Amino acid sequence: MPTEKPIDFTNMPDQRGHFGPYGGLFVSETLMEPLDELREAYEKYMQDETFLAELDADLANYVGRPSPVYHAERLSRENGGAQIYLKREDLNHTGAHKVNNTIGQALLAKRMGKQRIIAETGAGQHGVATATVAARLGLECVVYMGAVDIARQEANVYRMKLLGARVEAVESGSKTLKDALNEAMRDWVTNVDNTFYIIGTVAGPHPYPAMVRDFQAIIGREAREQMQHQTGALPDALVACVGGGSNAIGLFYPFLNDTSVNIFGVEAAGAGLDSGQHAAPLCAGTPGVLHGNRTYLMEDPNGQIIETHSISAGLDYPGVGPEHAWLKDIGRAQYVAATDDEALAAFHTLTRVEGIIPALESSHAIAYALKLAREMDVNQTILVNLSGRGDKDMHTVAALDGLKL
Amino acid sequence: MSRIGQRFKQLEEQSRVALIPFVTAGDPNPAITVPLMHAMVEAGADIIELGVPFSDPMADGPVIQRASERALEHGISLRDVLGMVSQFRASDTTTPVVLMGYLNPVEVMGYEAFAEAAAEAGVDGLLTVDLPPEEADDLLAAIKPKGIDPIFLIAPTTTDERMQRICDAASGFVYYVSVKGITGASHLAIGEVAAKTAQIRKHTTLPVGVGFGISSAEKAQAVAQVGDAVIVGSVLVKRIEELNERPDEIAPAIAQILSAMRQAIDLV
Repeated sequence: MPTEKPIDFTNMPDQRGHFGPYGGLFVSETLMEPLDELREAYEKYMQDETFLAELDADLANYVGRPSPVYHAERLSRENGGAQIYLKREDLNHTGAHKVNNTIGQALLAKRMGKQRIIAETGAGQHGVATATVAARLGLECVVYMGAVDIARQEANVYRMKLLGARVEAVESGSKTLKDALNEAMRDWVTNVDNTFYIIGTVAGPHPYPAMVRDFQAIIGREAREQMQHQTGALPDALVACVGGGSNAIGLFYPFLNDTSVNIFGVEAAGAGLDSGQHAAPLCAGTPGVLHGNRTYLMEDPNGQIIETHSISAGLDYPGVGPEHAWLKDIGRAQYVAATDDEALAAFHTLTRVEGIIPALESSHAIAYALKLAREMDVNQTILVNLSGRGDKDMHTVAALDGLKL
Repeated sequence: MSRIGQRFKQLEEQSRVALIPFVTAGDPNPAITVPLMHAMVEAGADIIELGVPFSDPMADGPVIQRASERALEHGISLRDVLGMVSQFRASDTTTPVVLMGYLNPVEVMGYEAFAEAAAEAGVDGLLTVDLPPEEADDLLAAIKPKGIDPIFLIAPTTTDERMQRICDAASGFVYYVSVKGITGASHLAIGEVAAKTAQIRKHTTLPVGVGFGISSAEKAQAVAQVGDAVIVGSVLVKRIEELNERPDEIAPAIAQILSAMRQAIDLV
């Protein structure tokens, strides 16, 4: 009897950055050559032992890796059902998974001789993580941030300035993350000779979705070993929140060929998927082309990008990484959504029951994990990526309680 | 031969360089666009580039971004733009019209549906700035049989190898982006443009248009010495913005800028 060869889910993208019909390279001509140079440099240094040793040392001694996996016993008991484990990316330097990627890209920038770093940011976490590594490596740093986001994330704006970055307010379009990305691209196309653009998520033109994934995959590689060490087995399910999707793909990627592991990405349902006020392109969007790649988008019937809504600025993005689009279509991962209210409830639950204050982004993953756990057996396990800590969200949560900090 | 091909052939016979103005369809209101197109032809435009508004114009400077935003406030869609072209065609059957914009509105409409509707409306060329030839096979297969020329950009950073690939995919003309940057940039270096257009001509016999950063009659004249077409956008769109509240004055004001450029170019 012929045996069917198992599918390898980890050999994407193809040479030109395609994940099935998604991904690719959709940029204006001026950026084609710089992106090709970036791809070559990236491919070269990911095989370079000196580069990888430097990256590993930074991840250990500067970021504080490996981050622990924590068995949330009390939460699991009170919730009922499966055992919930948390991958503690919130304990990284700068308080989220973002730094795994900015460290990698900044080292690459240095190798490529680029003296100037630019980045886009929504909530400010990626901006802070970029400004941090730029400060450490002595690189000039400009961060583009929508004017609306600047107003609601004052603390992170100040943090970036302390770190020596220039924060440029973006006044075009909806004045949020997508417009910051447009503006960063415009800067890059103008200053391409001396500038390296550090994209913060697994979207954008090739090689960014693959490169950012590879820098974030440390999350899943560590967690896969830690779970086996602690429980003697792989987890039954993985849960992570998905905005652009970098923390999620970082956790999922090393488990893709472990087909016994069910994978769930949780998008922001905002006021509810039926309300139209959400940021859930995989659950409720359609395919299109934006920001250099083909993927699921929040768009109107004429192909204009529409504004998104989420309580968490980090999930407030109308697109999603192309690898997630592909994983959805082939059915290897399932994409679900949690509303603002569900995320807030989970935020409070985790804080009160485990003494861990999660980022509002990560609270979406917690919310779904609690629901999923109740449908599972007490002997089963769920690994949740706790992608960031909630300190940055104190203002937002306090405001909902009628408090001003 | 396409309308674009015929137009360049005529110009070559007359030893003239083409003047190609760009305006965004529906800016500042939908009613103005078709009369403005006619006025531009009268003022000396040889081909018209009509911008399809998009919510996220990544390759454009602030002037053309705001034009897109003004048009989108009126809900201008790709289908509306095609309607304008077909209205223009009712009384002008010879001036080529090139749609310029981003891929997503075309992608969402569907390549076949777009090709059909665009040909029917009288569109002659399509330039989607975020679509390199490597990703363009399906779109080319849809529009080429309908007689719509795919126009591609060549940039200062384009290598010889890519230049060949672009020229092989293009028809009508190729569009040299004269600066590293976005539309409306100010640092046009004519010496570099001359060297690059000469390099492009080694790869193709197609006419070479030059655009980005051509903001005056003097710059237009300088570019006309090395290119087959002078493409101007931001300087016109900026004037439209200034006259936003007085739309009746827009067509004469744009005609005035174009007439001056026409005269300067024809001196070459």
